[in-house]
Amino acid sequence: MLENFIDQFLPSTVNGLAIGAIYALIALGYTMVYGVLRLINFAHSEIFMIGTMASFFVVVGLGISAPVTGFALVGLLLLCAVASMAAAGGAAVLLEQIAYRPLRKRGASRLAALISAIGASLFLQEFFALVVLPLAGYPNGRVYRPVERFFEREDLFTIGNATIRNDHVLVIVASLVMMIALDQLVSRTRIGRGIRATAQDPEAAVLMGVNIDTIVRVTFLLGGSMAGIAGMLYITEFEVTDFRVGFILGIKAFTAAVLGGIGNLRGALLGGFVLGLVENWGSTLLGSEWKNVIAFTVLVLILMVRPTGILGESLQRARA
Amino acid sequence: MTAALVLAGCAGEGGDDTGGGEGGTVKIGFMGDLTGENSGIVKPPRNGAKLAIDAYNAKNPETKIEMVEYDSQGKEEQATALVNKAIQDDKIVGLIGPAFSGESKAVGSILEQGKIPSVSASATNPDLAKNGWKYWHRVVANDDDQGPGIADFLAKAESPKKAFVVSDDQEYSVGLAKTTAAALEEAGVTVQTDKFAKDESDYGATVNKAKAFDADVIFFGGYYAQGGRLLKQLRDGGVDALFATGDGSLDPQLVSGAGKAAAEGAVIGCPCNIPTASSEGALKQFTADYKEATNTDPAIYSTEGYDAATAFIQAVEAGNTTGEKINEFLATVEFEGVSKPIKFQENGEPEANEIFIYQVKDGEIAGLGAATEAKLEG
Repeated sequence: MLENFIDQFLPSTVNGLAIGAIYALIALGYTMVYGVLRLINFAHSEIFMIGTMASFFVVVGLGISAPVTGFALVGLLLLCAVASMAAAGGAAVLLEQIAYRPLRKRGASRLAALISAIGASLFLQEFFALVVLPLAGYPNGRVYRPVERFFEREDLFTIGNATIRNDHVLVIVASLVMMIALDQLVSRTRIGRGIRATAQDPEAAVLMGVNIDTIVRVTFLLGGSMAGIAGMLYITEFEVTDFRVGFILGIKAFTAAVLGGIGNLRGALLGGFVLGLVENWGSTLLGSEWKNVIAFTVLVLILMVRPTGILGESLQRARA
Repeated sequence: MTAALVLAGCAGEGGDDTGGGEGGTVKIGFMGDLTGENSGIVKPPRNGAKLAIDAYNAKNPETKIEMVEYDSQGKEEQATALVNKAIQDDKIVGLIGPAFSGESKAVGSILEQGKIPSVSASATNPDLAKNGWKYWHRVVANDDDQGPGIADFLAKAESPKKAFVVSDDQEYSVGLAKTTAAALEEAGVTVQTDKFAKDESDYGATVNKAKAFDADVIFFGGYYAQGGRLLKQLRDGGVDALFATGDGSLDPQLVSGAGKAAAEGAVIGCPCNIPTASSEGALKQFTADYKEATNTDPAIYSTEGYDAATAFIQAVEAGNTTGEKINEFLATVEFEGVSKPIKFQENGEPEANEIFIYQVKDGEIAGLGAATEAKLEG
């Protein structure tokens, strides 16, 4: 109980930050799309799944069966990152084109888009289980697909009784770098200004000469790429994927987005880390079977005090 | 329907009169999931049963046995329909199966009314034996035996002081973890437990707990998909205690999921005796025959299927060709099966409730023999 919590505080903190970083990366996609379209893109969890699959195919396709080191490892990680970002980003753009744009053009209600999102989510899962994986030479598409270890675990240093491993550092640092890059892109570039303008007031943005279709496409591309990076980090850290891998992680990331304030990029980051930490701390306190109960109780409590999340819905209100 | 059953019974007895004299054929059914999603663990016992019956028929006996297959897909409603057909139309005199516990529960009373003896090779739910059925048998130990069997083995082999018992929070998993934890405590081991949700990818909290508890032995109740990932994360997290688990994880995917290095030395218990390349004696012969007949290696419950069929063969050989007479014979049957000595208790449970131990060696799951005799290597 309490002695468990104190005893395992540092190890579970490290663990919470590592999984929280992955939640946060996926949460960015939910939050950006919500900011621009006011749509919960439930198929985003499958965009993440596509990201894991791309890295999986790279690692398996290169026939890697032993840990690689040095430049080869950097090259492999970059290759996986590019493949996952391209696959997930591309899939997200395609998803928007097929599942959301026609509805938006016809002025369908947001509820219709939501149903379309759920349909796309189920479609993508089954498409991978029944078509993509069998075509890639895995006849049973419904079982876990592990990859051989390509990133050797090493203990880097210890803080108290917590051992910091290189894979945790990779996950945390890589996600922070990506999130800072995205944040800068949204707050400093022309296209970022377009995204913020659209989030603030789509009609006024159009009048100011912003091409909404382009902005929406870029938003999906960016969100999808972040999910792709998350997929690549997931493969590095957990070394396994399957057609449903996005389901639970998607729910968690969506929760993180709401927790931090949906529509708010920095909120997604904060929400991801808070969720990861609360889950792990809660598990040590009460047992791992309570993990999700604790996480969602915290979500409800925070929303009772701050209905718009910890940082509020501020993508649209960010400085112009 | 009762009338039909009575008629069926009469017809069977009539067959006995004539069949005994001038030879003939009796039908034994095999029921289970032969094409569905879990057919992977039903085909091996089906192949085992077929091997035994083909060998018997090849000897040109007075009464031949025809094995009729019923593909229930593991579904209760299909099993019910098929068992009625088997009794009324096909007039089977015995049934090997049903393979799973759920379908066994569903058709038990129909077989009872039809007076058709059944022997399952793989249904392990403990409650099946508690229905008072007189025609029901199985040749596999139930889940209440498995946990203590593995626990006793671990206590003996490792003399652990502390054991960490984890489950993936599914029905089978929780039950197995519970009986194992209880048996370990009884053996004087300090036990700490944890559970995680099966769809979770990160078991970090569980790993941290196991590490802080500094257990000598870790037992996992659950299936291989989760078991493999847990094992990997435990080893990555610096927990190198002996990892043990039950029949739900007895699959090569435990090794591929954990990674060869992490899986090395993991111990798996099962109420099944799977012959391996290193098996000797009857098992060696069985393996060779099985391989020749099916072109595959024996897998989970294939020897149990063979033994279930052998029990019926012995009954028929002794001149019993009706359900009732075969059932009487089964009550006294006693022979050295391939999987274990076969003898039934009054409630249909096997007399031998041996648990067999397997260990991952060089990335392969190798048999160490019965839990009471097995010794860990390395």
